[in-house]
Amino acid sequence: MEALVANLSLGFSTALSLNNIGLCFIGCLVGTLIGVLPGVGPIATIAMLLPITFGIDPTGALIMLAGIYYGAQYGGSTTAILVNIPGEATSVVTVLDGHAMAKQGRAGVALGISAIGSFFAGCVATLVIAALGLPLTRLAQLFGPAEYFALMVMGLVFAMVLARGSLLKAFAMIVLGLVLSTIGTDLETGEERLTFGIQDLSDGLDFAVLAMGVFGFAEIIRNLENPEARDVVRGTIGRLLPNWSDLKQSAAPILRGTALGSILGILPGNGAVLGPFASYSVEKKLAKDPSRFGRGAIEGVAGPEAANNAGAQTAFIPLLTLGIPPNAVMALMVGAMTIHGIIPGPQVMTKNPQLFWGMIASMWVGNLMLLVINLPLVGLWVRLLKVPYRLLFPAILLFCCIGIYSINNSVEQVAFTAFFGLFGYALIKFGFEPAPMLLGFVLGKLMEEKLRQALILSRGSFATFVDRPISLGLLVVSVVLIVIALLPAISKSRDEVFTE
Amino acid sequence: MKFLAKLAFAAAALAAGSASAQTYPNKPITMIVPFAAGGPTDVIARIVGENMSRTLGQQIVIENVAGAGGTTGTTRASTSANDGYTVMMGHMGTHGAAPALYPNLKYDPTKDFEPIGLAAGTPILIVAKKNFPAADLKAFVEYVKANGDKVNQAHAGVGSVSHSTGILLTSQIGTKTTQVPYTGTGPALNDLISGQVDILTDQIVNVAEQIRAGTIRAYAIATPARSPALPDIPTTKEAGLPGYEVSAWNAMFAAKGTSKDIVAKLNEALVKALDDETTKKRLLDLGAVLPSGEERTSAWLGTFVAKEVERWNPVLKASK
Repeated sequence: MEALVANLSLGFSTALSLNNIGLCFIGCLVGTLIGVLPGVGPIATIAMLLPITFGIDPTGALIMLAGIYYGAQYGGSTTAILVNIPGEATSVVTVLDGHAMAKQGRAGVALGISAIGSFFAGCVATLVIAALGLPLTRLAQLFGPAEYFALMVMGLVFAMVLARGSLLKAFAMIVLGLVLSTIGTDLETGEERLTFGIQDLSDGLDFAVLAMGVFGFAEIIRNLENPEARDVVRGTIGRLLPNWSDLKQSAAPILRGTALGSILGILPGNGAVLGPFASYSVEKKLAKDPSRFGRGAIEGVAGPEAANNAGAQTAFIPLLTLGIPPNAVMALMVGAMTIHGIIPGPQVMTKNPQLFWGMIASMWVGNLMLLVINLPLVGLWVRLLKVPYRLLFPAILLFCCIGIYSINNSVEQVAFTAFFGLFGYALIKFGFEPAPMLLGFVLGKLMEEKLRQALILSRGSFATFVDRPISLGLLVVSVVLIVIALLPAISKSRDEVFTE
Repeated sequence: MKFLAKLAFAAAALAAGSASAQTYPNKPITMIVPFAAGGPTDVIARIVGENMSRTLGQQIVIENVAGAGGTTGTTRASTSANDGYTVMMGHMGTHGAAPALYPNLKYDPTKDFEPIGLAAGTPILIVAKKNFPAADLKAFVEYVKANGDKVNQAHAGVGSVSHSTGILLTSQIGTKTTQVPYTGTGPALNDLISGQVDILTDQIVNVAEQIRAGTIRAYAIATPARSPALPDIPTTKEAGLPGYEVSAWNAMFAAKGTSKDIVAKLNEALVKALDDETTKKRLLDLGAVLPSGEERTSAWLGTFVAKEVERWNPVLKASK
């Protein structure tokens, strides 16, 4: 407990430096700015904004990125409530009652309760991360290559099982991600693989190139398809602060949502996405009058938003302690950390305690900032939602190109990004989710490394994966998961969860 | 306003056309660093470059062109205009080990560059997991020799400093260990701390902290003198492996054909930077070793590069 307080105070002294508060503020602001754009979710937002952090010291950069992340999350909810377009899977639920509230002239209250719920969830999740960080990091130090490999197998199985749409398609995307990750120089021999003699590929595909292409560029192309009619709420936003009865109605859902979201967020393989869905169904079941749901029930906004934010934050736990990203957004954070010379993993906490605890403290600061800056700025977001695409999209594209070029001063990288933009668009058209691919890509490099290390250390014996109890346990869980997901009864209800 | 003035000045300088040695430099100089920002070579380039900018009266702009163990950026520097406005910070890998490691290398470290001068090197340390069964370096050498491929030796990827220096170590001991590759020093160190792998050789900046914390064990430092950063660690010579002296050196190069006067001007600025108290202190704080006396001349660097290529070639080729 004492250590926790000491660590948190170190974190706050870092996060509350003028410089870092400023970065957190800018991060939250631009994160929301981009995140508010219809169809642009947190992944695309972070991918697009990654380059603006290049010139900053690692701690500041990560604090800013975390700010961007929360801003994007919150921006997504804003769009969901005001325009009826969910920015990403986790705000699908918010659309249901949030937009209904907006139509009743209670958009302000919906935004307000979503901010308050998110803030509360954020505070709790920050404490959860701080409390679990240390023990989990200790555990991680017992992990050798074999255990890491097994853990990542389990993570990918989770990602497959929890992806939207067909299992087979998710599996295909993960494998594609793994294949893309093998491009580049072989770890052991130094030979080039799958580079076709292109020098820019000799160190593998750049993570930012893939992410910005498949998410940033592709999203823009996809948005161009739709006519520019946006169902922006025309009436008044109304007052922002919920009244006493609103708060009383929302308190319990926020508490339950926070608990659900925190727990699900720690799961490997995008468990965070389940939080809002779970919270929504729980609230609907518990409600005295379930028919109010879908027609502007405030519980249907408060609970899922709290769950969403709690999960968004506890998803940092596996990343910060084990160095393994549980979902595509966290995979982006790995890319960002690596660009800043920090290899995520158990060492971060001991080697850069300031960075580690500073980032955790900045999560709380970021949540507070969202509450403080976003509510007064709602009017601005509404106006932004009305900017015509013909101005907005070229500006975003140009910004992305400059960002990509600046990574390694290379024109080829910009061309690759354009290619992956088209590729990503094709994926969307054929109904493939690109997120599992990105996760596969990021985990692929690590997995190959760990697999080969484990085999070198065991002098080529695959038995090492089953001889070691932790590794065996993780692999068994993976197999059980696949079997369960393939059971007819389960796979049917799985479809329902994601189509609701 | 200052920025505008600079911009206008840069534009005017550009319009004035190519430089002669008398007016050199009259526009900003690009220094290619063939590694990502934040690594040891990049940090040294930035520290030295900052001081040189003041001496030369022109900004030295660092351009990070990472890839293929530094050979991507080095290739670019070798083919850039030889007007002195593009220089590079090469290192032990790009200008020593690379020819042995990359059969299709598009440059020759000894022929395609004009050496400017040695900047700073970072010493290499021989480290092992905490409970490695050897009390000192002599016992370490005996153990590794006796156990050969039963010893797991970590390195940070083919072409990395820890890879080349690790192979040099085992070849001097006269054995071959099992090489366990990692992507970067961080993960390798992690597994050394937890005891998954046995030994590692790496730069002082990467391992000093863990040595002080006692989570890994250091046997010797591969420099002629002890490091003030880790005064308790004996040199390889003191500890009984005198042939193993190696450091991850960094040095500035210009493209072949750059005029002698320009190279002399750059060397002068570099030497001045190394003598500057603030710059020196920043480098020494990193645990770096600075060249002295004749080691600072361009001619010395030229012969040194040739010697390094010759030194690494047989060692690394034999390991393949």
